[in-house]
Amino acid sequence: MNGNPETGTLRVKTGLAEMLKGGVIMDVVNAEQAKIAEDAGAVAVMALERVPADIRATGGVARMADPLKVREIIEVVSIPVMAKCRIGHFVEAQVLESLKVDYIDESEVLTPADEEFHVDKWAFKIPFVCGARDLGEALRRIDEGAAMIRTKGEPGTGNVVEAVRHMRKVLRDIETVRSAADADIAELAEQMRVPAALVSWVRENGTLPVVNFAAGGIATPSDAALMMQLGCDGIFVGSGVFKSGNPAQRARAIVEATTHFEDADVIARVSENIGEPMVGINIPEIPPAERMQERGW
Amino acid sequence: MRIGVLALQGAFREHIMTLEALGAGTVAVRKPEQLDDLSGLIVPGGESTAIGKLMDAYGFYDPIRQQHGAGMALWGTCAGAILLARTVVDAVPGQEPLALMDIEVRRNAYGRQIDSFEADLAFHGMDEPFRGVFIRAPWIESVGEGVEILAEHDGVIVAARQYDLLATTFHPELTGDPRVHRYFLDEVVGAERRIP
Repeated sequence: MNGNPETGTLRVKTGLAEMLKGGVIMDVVNAEQAKIAEDAGAVAVMALERVPADIRATGGVARMADPLKVREIIEVVSIPVMAKCRIGHFVEAQVLESLKVDYIDESEVLTPADEEFHVDKWAFKIPFVCGARDLGEALRRIDEGAAMIRTKGEPGTGNVVEAVRHMRKVLRDIETVRSAADADIAELAEQMRVPAALVSWVRENGTLPVVNFAAGGIATPSDAALMMQLGCDGIFVGSGVFKSGNPAQRARAIVEATTHFEDADVIARVSENIGEPMVGINIPEIPPAERMQERGW
Repeated sequence: MRIGVLALQGAFREHIMTLEALGAGTVAVRKPEQLDDLSGLIVPGGESTAIGKLMDAYGFYDPIRQQHGAGMALWGTCAGAILLARTVVDAVPGQEPLALMDIEVRRNAYGRQIDSFEADLAFHGMDEPFRGVFIRAPWIESVGEGVEILAEHDGVIVAARQYDLLATTFHPELTGDPRVHRYFLDEVVGAERRIP
């Protein structure tokens, strides 16, 4: 029997995110870094032109990576390869789909291309991950077809405080929805600008309908374990690995701390003597207009 | 009966939930010493390279082989099937399988995520089709003597069993359909090592 095969279904899209759980996804800008990430035990790599810390430092418009670079990265690793497109830039997304990347991150790290619409993610066979600061933002992205959510945090800072804030906010919002009366669902849905069915699903299940990773400011093994203990399903590390003193060793340490996130003995051991972490930035030192998390809505 | 689910990385929680819904006791296995006294162990889907590296770093290879020798059944889904195999085609250099089951498995056999799919499967002994979810899946290229083929898709082997070893290249834990988990508990765990 041929069994009525279907590609690009929601289950197939969310399924890949399920397989990445408990793992670490690392930002890489070239094939050499991709190989280091794979060797360290990353479950996927994120291909981009510059890591967020460099985007922050150099300024200008940040765009999708050069397709040649994406191809080189796909060529050299066997783990899934993700790549970033600008918010609302559906043609960058089409290009990334044509390159056969495994996941597209419609990301606030890049300069937004549309101030009104995010990408219609249902139109793609490739799954999307999107950032969120609260439950409403997460559900709006899911309603647009996102198959995976991550905290926005504040990328390129090496400062975990914003990722913590966003995860705690999502959890608090879920509690609010859980304790809401039937009669309040419609109003909550209106506030969040999403269909009531999505809000009802969250109330019944007490969780997001898709996998939720931590991202934006994770720089140490303890940061990764902190986000896991708060309830995240896995970790994105952006600048935290390749802006540190010893990327290979730090990458391995973050992978182990993510697996053994409840085991302080393991976290202590892997954190020993792994070189300088990336230099961090305190959030109040970033003018509000330069905060990446404010991009998207 | 207690069933362990290797919880280093991947979709281990879904296996645990399905097993518990069937009334089995479960253990999320993160350290080799947790393998003691298990009737069975599921090696879940995830990234086979990442799981393999963590298995190596925490010394899982020999304890799993020893426990299997002492009667622990094993089931590998997707990445887990790769790790159970005797031979891996297109393996990443340095990636070592457990080499317990006499099957040859090809990694990422269908292509990249855009080629991931779901399809109905005729699974050995089931009256109704089982919806197979294939995520960057491997396939079973060939099987040795004493390995029973349980399901095929488009002429390719996607589920097989050798005594108390089970391999599926798809993800029953993502469907909410417990029939393959039931099959593992009823037929595979505790099975004698003879030709089925």
